[in-house]
Amino acid sequence: MRLLLALVAALALAAPAFASEARPTLAELEKELVCPTCKTTLDMSDSPQADRMRAFIRQRIAAGDSKSEIKAQLVAQFGEGVLASPPKRGFDLLAWVLPLAGLAAGAAAVGAVAWRWSRGRAAGAAGAPVAAGAAATGRLDVDPELARRLDEELARFDG
Amino acid sequence: MAARLKLAGQAFALLTIASLLGLLVWKLAAGDASGVRGAVLRGDAPPAPAFTLPELRGDGEVALDSFRGKVVVVNFWASWCAPCRDEAPLLEAAWREHRDRGVVVLGVDARDLVADGRAFVREFGITYPNGYDGPGRISDAYGLTGFPETYFVDREGRVVHLVSGPLTEESIAEGIRKALG
Repeated sequence: MRLLLALVAALALAAPAFASEARPTLAELEKELVCPTCKTTLDMSDSPQADRMRAFIRQRIAAGDSKSEIKAQLVAQFGEGVLASPPKRGFDLLAWVLPLAGLAAGAAAVGAVAWRWSRGRAAGAAGAPVAAGAAATGRLDVDPELARRLDEELARFDG
Repeated sequence: MAARLKLAGQAFALLTIASLLGLLVWKLAAGDASGVRGAVLRGDAPPAPAFTLPELRGDGEVALDSFRGKVVVVNFWASWCAPCRDEAPLLEAAWREHRDRGVVVLGVDARDLVADGRAFVREFGITYPNGYDGPGRISDAYGLTGFPETYFVDREGRVVHLVSGPLTEESIAEGIRKALG
């Protein structure tokens, strides 16, 4: 049952992905492509170059090109800098791997610190039985003079 | 142990900040003065970076080196650049006027769509050679700050003059005069 649900969910998500690959819209391509002179995504730019790129994309969509075909045509002309997200290979792979590595390193650091703190507290707790033992004998490990005065005071109350 | 670790962390953080600051200062100081552009603005005549590009119209390649011994007017343009439209007829006229004196106009269509570049060349009836530099590698090598920008290269392949922004008949004539020596 759970497997079936997962399958249905995956298909529901996959269907729009396939549709956007086969029949991309200008709006989604504008978010995934950069105007090379202004260095922002096309949807953020109204520069003349961005306008020309939009015209090109509209024309290619009308001609029935898929999303990856349109991107490939733009990469062929402007280079890979035209893609908003770097390709997942070669040196550009670092852009994908480094944030994850940073996240993992951060998690490891937090884990290590938390472990040290909890170990410190355990050591503190381990010290407690000594005091508890002292209490069991009825004597606290205190200055003999102080103990004597305490006994006197208590005796006065008892009296 | 913990104290030493903390000290190392602080030293690392300080070093990182210092190096970022250094980078910022260097970038600001270098600014406009880097590359060919910077050298020309300082009054030097640096060698023009060599390049070979596919011919915009699709017939073979164009190489700057193939014009050695001639004065070359290297004009960076793009079809979406409005001032480039104004200067294109002037460049064509200069090319027709001076070609017999060993002067070549060499256009570099940079950061442009091929089809747009070709339409531009057709529209203005441009007959001088044009290279296609879509990714802008050559314009970056020259240190271009905007479009259009024009570099005047003398017979020995040195950049002796540059004009940022649109050319006029006078500025083209001045650049060619300087490059002819």
